[in-house]
Amino acid sequence: MDLIVFWVTAPISVGAAALMLLQRNAVHAALLLVLNQFTLAVFFVLLDAHFLAAVQVIVYAGAIMVLFLFVIMLLGVDREEVLRERIRGQRPLAVFLGVLMVAELVLAVRLGVGLLGSAVPPMAQPQGNVRAVAEALFTRYVFPFEVTSVLLIVAAIGAMVLARRKARGIPEEAAP
Amino acid sequence: MRTPIGYFLVLSGLLFSIGSVGVLVRRNALVIFMSIELQLNAVNLALIAFSRRLGEVDGQILAFFSMVVAAAEVVVGLAIIVAIFQRRRTANVDDASVLRW
Repeated sequence: MDLIVFWVTAPISVGAAALMLLQRNAVHAALLLVLNQFTLAVFFVLLDAHFLAAVQVIVYAGAIMVLFLFVIMLLGVDREEVLRERIRGQRPLAVFLGVLMVAELVLAVRLGVGLLGSAVPPMAQPQGNVRAVAEALFTRYVFPFEVTSVLLIVAAIGAMVLARRKARGIPEEAAP
Repeated sequence: MRTPIGYFLVLSGLLFSIGSVGVLVRRNALVIFMSIELQLNAVNLALIAFSRRLGEVDGQILAFFSMVVAAAEVVVGLAIIVAIFQRRRTANVDDASVLRW
């Protein structure tokens, strides 16, 4: 059962990611990335990480991708990408390095864990994944958890300062 | 039968490599940014797979924090792209290579 879900979802995941690179239209790329993130949520459920699967759907597929689509719409969707290469032979070289990286990672997994894996121990979460994550988050990791709230505030203020329209620029009405 | 952890790790490596190729090949700043998100997601998958293998929840906590940092990073990165677009009227990374206004 587990294996069937994995083998159905994995090609969708890799296919969506690969198609994302080939899309000329940024909106299509964003939608394929959303599909990829949904499949990742399925993998998280297979790995008994139910809380993170929910977070993945809400935060990534929900909030972050909506932000991406907002910015794509703001910058204009009909712009074509310039296909001229600045560095000669950059694309074939990039693909070659990517294939090399896949080979290296597969080799590392094979040497480290074994491709077919070994016996998987039962998770130490008798009362469910959400409770286990909450207990770890609010006891051992409570200080980093609080620090992330500061990080989020700093990021929000920084984004406001960066994206604000300069007052001395062109007046809003005169801009095309 | 449970899916072997190695499958998830290979899948994670595959997604990470696709993301790296995307960063190298594409010239649109937004698509490059999406490829970086893909890389972050692939690493999260690897973290959770290792957490499953060890039977501990700590890897999931680390993946959770990496999601929070990714959210903050997306906000600032998109703000920078919008700021460059307001000045330069372009989202192409080659046009913003001098790092000054």
